[in-house]
Amino acid sequence: MTKGQAISLQKHDGGSLTAVRMGLGWQAAPRRGLFGSRTREIDLDASAVLFADKQPVDVVFFRHLVSDDGSVRHTGDNLVGGVGQGGDDEAILVDLARVPVHIDQIIFTVNSFTGQTFQEVQNAFCRLVDETNGQELARYTLAGGGAYTAQIMAKVHRVGGGWNMTALGAPANGRTFQDLMPAILPAL
Amino acid sequence: MTAELVRGQNHPLSQVRLEIRVSAGRPVMAVATLGDESGKVPGVEWVAHPGVPTLPGLEVSRQAAADHRLAVDLDAVSAAVHRVSVLLALPTGVGGPASFGSVAAPFVAVTGLDGAEVATYTITGLDAESAVVALELYRRQGAWKVRAVGQGYAGGLAELLTDQGLTQAQRLAAGINDAVVQGLARSVQAPPRTAEGDRSRQAAASALGPDQSGSPYGTQGTQGGAGPYGAAQNPQGPSATGYPAGAAPADPDATQPTPTAPTAGGPIDYSHPRRQTAAPPPPPPTAPPARPGEPARPVAGDATGWSMEERLYNQVWGMFEDLARSTAAYRSAVDFADTRMEKELDQVLSDPRSRMGGQGDAAREAAQAKHIQLVDQAREALDRDLVQLGAEADVVEPALPAAYARWDNPVWHAYRVPMEMPMAVRLGDLHLPESDPLRIPMLVRLPLERGLWIDSGRSGLSDGSFADSHELRRLAMESAVAHTARLLAVHPADEFTVHVVDPAGSGARELAPLVHSGVLAAPPAVGAAGVAAVLGRLTERVDLVQMAVRGGMADSLPPGFDTAQQLLVVNDFPHGFDDRAVTQLRYLADEGPGVGVHLMMVADREDADSYGPLLDPLWRALLRLTPVAEDHLADPWVGHAWTYEPSLVPAGSQVLQQVLAQVAAARAKY
Repeated sequence: MTKGQAISLQKHDGGSLTAVRMGLGWQAAPRRGLFGSRTREIDLDASAVLFADKQPVDVVFFRHLVSDDGSVRHTGDNLVGGVGQGGDDEAILVDLARVPVHIDQIIFTVNSFTGQTFQEVQNAFCRLVDETNGQELARYTLAGGGAYTAQIMAKVHRVGGGWNMTALGAPANGRTFQDLMPAILPAL
Repeated sequence: MTAELVRGQNHPLSQVRLEIRVSAGRPVMAVATLGDESGKVPGVEWVAHPGVPTLPGLEVSRQAAADHRLAVDLDAVSAAVHRVSVLLALPTGVGGPASFGSVAAPFVAVTGLDGAEVATYTITGLDAESAVVALELYRRQGAWKVRAVGQGYAGGLAELLTDQGLTQAQRLAAGINDAVVQGLARSVQAPPRTAEGDRSRQAAASALGPDQSGSPYGTQGTQGGAGPYGAAQNPQGPSATGYPAGAAPADPDATQPTPTAPTAGGPIDYSHPRRQTAAPPPPPPTAPPARPGEPARPVAGDATGWSMEERLYNQVWGMFEDLARSTAAYRSAVDFADTRMEKELDQVLSDPRSRMGGQGDAAREAAQAKHIQLVDQAREALDRDLVQLGAEADVVEPALPAAYARWDNPVWHAYRVPMEMPMAVRLGDLHLPESDPLRIPMLVRLPLERGLWIDSGRSGLSDGSFADSHELRRLAMESAVAHTARLLAVHPADEFTVHVVDPAGSGARELAPLVHSGVLAAPPAVGAAGVAAVLGRLTERVDLVQMAVRGGMADSLPPGFDTAQQLLVVNDFPHGFDDRAVTQLRYLADEGPGVGVHLMMVADREDADSYGPLLDPLWRALLRLTPVAEDHLADPWVGHAWTYEPSLVPAGSQVLQQVLAQVAAARAKY
């Protein structure tokens, strides 16, 4: 996908998408020297912000793992990354059928909590997956993506009775999603 | 920076020596075709495929693999070539996936020789297709560009090649597939087949050794069977039973497997052949498949757990969480609708134009209509969830064991003293104003982690409906007795001992069922002396057990020591308590639960006012329950105020007496 591209989450057979997963993966920092534990670990964080009429209503991130209504769930904070072979190290699951009726947009973001820019992180990607069949809907390669510490990745928003996804891919800077709010608002 | 291409998008190529990486997650064949000026493939010699892997400037892998690297040197390809297409196809006849719809979206990347990615493309949206044109590299005004194509063919490679103008497409596609299937047999563990011919061919192929495989990357991501013993892992071949490949048995009869012989391949079973492990839990009942358009019909015990008891416990907690979250969704939608309408009405008021004519009224009506619509939608979603949870509760309630069941459940009439420790106990019902008439059982784990406090005070009741505080005290004692009787009944006969402290004897009437049935360890203690004696005994007990546990000498407790859980029921606190007794009580509340001594207080906090804030930690440490319905319990997820109703014996029912009589009989026998 490219920036600004919109994908309808209606399936080929007319049914609508019911569950999507945002996955984030990256490679742990290489161990250095004798004191391996003193490597500078890389902690990327995935967050989802739920909006109603351009007002943030709820946030799912590593300190609030399940939205109050239970429709959006974070699988838990990963502080160091994985082996960099394409598996998701953090994931956010969205049960679209259960999202409260007033929520009309969900924005997915990625932050570098430990402050490394995406240039310094190996094999970092984020992607959106149709949870029902495992098919990838969108994928971004973050590694080598420039001197940014955050990305506004994509938004999933209501269109009629179903949901659409728009790839945003806007670079930003910040430690957690709060720092990104100014960058998120234009995307609504 | 890497260009992430979408279907149809192109990207200039600044280098001529490139590598094209493919990762598909499952073994696929990679083929490259060369096209002339008109875009057609003139003949089979213009196709690089596993059978003929090398053409000038182009090399593909000899075999199917999950990951490929294709080397391309655009300077070296013939000048007549105007287009290089990279094709991916699923091998047929090896039992693998039949279409790209059932595998992960293939990912292709064009990289320089240094490995830096120039362009990438994930081929999404494939369904019944078994062959796809992934990318094409093409000449445009003397320079090369790459385009993401993503055109799939349900008819497979043959249809794809036909579409590219190749006349012998059918035969070539079959040939390519054959070459790949042979390669597969050589390199990866093939799925079981039985044809005799296949077996001998695999054995022969494996004897050739691994150096026949093409690209060193060709087997990455496959099943790891590559190598000299690849064929030995085939579960189906008699020639493969236990022999290293290459040492094919001279006498086939000698290795003819009997039908019962263990297969050499397949996953290794590490368990001892004659040792039975603990009986596996019976499979949980699962909901029958739903008819289309309807939610699945719920089934009791449809949750994880090792026993039915644990499954039901988990299911009830799952219902509790679902109701909490569904209601949270509804409430937040209504809140949002309210604030939005307020804002819009404010705007109408502050707009001077709206003061004239019907404009303001129209705007007001529009805002109200929006509000109603959103609230209706939210209510609809909540009602849908409530219907589902209600149906679940209807099947779960009758299936509950006694410990989880209401007193009016028939399971109590068929009560038998249990042999096993219970997992949890029901203390009452929970509901929210929106969820009426749905009730969620309030189950707490046993042994109790916190003491219970049955509040006999009026502090939480603002409406003054219980003007008579004596009546409230009576109800509190009644529910304390119901809880106590339930705790006694759900434990095995010798595992739960109850002590009662009733200094002024004010609870004698309510305590009668416990006293008369003889299930108490001793008659209720009265007076200051009685209080001191009971507290002293229990304090000493906590002390002893703690010492034994810390010293690692749990078996050195004095003979005749009662190992049962202890419950101390205290009525009328702080009547009859001196300072020493209060301190002992606090000690029991803090230290008791860890060593099996539990506390149930029936008290009005105002009675203990003279202690000031000294007792605040005690009240906080206890789980507060009320004798009448009151919304004071918060759920752990969203923090709604849930209305708690105690589990009480229905009026006029003798079930409590019957159950206690059985408990007393079992204790006497023990």
